[in-house]
Amino acid sequence: MIKVIANKEIEVNDEGYLVDFKQWDREVCECIAGECNVVLTEKHYEVIEYLQEKHKKEEPLSIRGIKKSGVINIKEFYNLFPGGPLKISTKIAGIPKPKSCI
Amino acid sequence: MSTKVKKMLFILSKATIENAYAAFVMANGARMEGIESEIFFTFFGLEAIQKKKLEHLKVATVGNPGMHIPTMIGGLPGMEALATKMMKKEMEKLDMPPIDEFLEILTDSGCKLWACKLAVDMFHLTREDLIDDLDGILTIGDFYSRADQEGCQLLFI
Repeated sequence: MIKVIANKEIEVNDEGYLVDFKQWDREVCECIAGECNVVLTEKHYEVIEYLQEKHKKEEPLSIRGIKKSGVINIKEFYNLFPGGPLKISTKIAGIPKPKSCI
Repeated sequence: MSTKVKKMLFILSKATIENAYAAFVMANGARMEGIESEIFFTFFGLEAIQKKKLEHLKVATVGNPGMHIPTMIGGLPGMEALATKMMKKEMEKLDMPPIDEFLEILTDSGCKLWACKLAVDMFHLTREDLIDDLDGILTIGDFYSRADQEGCQLLFI
């Protein structure tokens, strides 16, 4: 379905995740973050870049991966994206919701 | 009234690796969904938080129909170790962390870990025998008081 985000028509799935990463930019990113009650800082963008990089390489995301990432530790990750960190951060990063159970 | 689960409390009473992982995966999964979670380790479940034992949890090869091996064969020396090794290999393939790392992940994720006072006394354990990340030793009454809120579910494993 089409949703207007940052005055742009963006295609999202029924959970609000971007369908096409090419439609992602910083404005879209900030709008989605706002909807998730997250105020973005440089650290958030660092994590977002890491997630997008992993997605590009088609490497699955998990909380264990976050621990090993060297970008952020798990405690900080939960603080930056409260209420379901991997779910929310991937939505803001414009990539699909991870399917892993771990 | 909201039906959303807000908090999950797990009681782990067994020392088999498959039960420990069931509790850990669900407790971690809850945190990942923004749900509070806590684990209460009681009886044999305490093995999962004993410094000396947590790396040596085993799969149950006897009395476990899911293993599809006859009970008498499952009881032969070395079977438990073999089955455990095979299961750990499969888990590693799925990027499942070993018990010690999983406990770290749970703590860092804000999952609370509690030991049952009665079981600790019964097995003659002290605080030093248990992992440093443990949040404390509780009576069942203390644990129930942690469940005293709307949207809380208790699960016995």
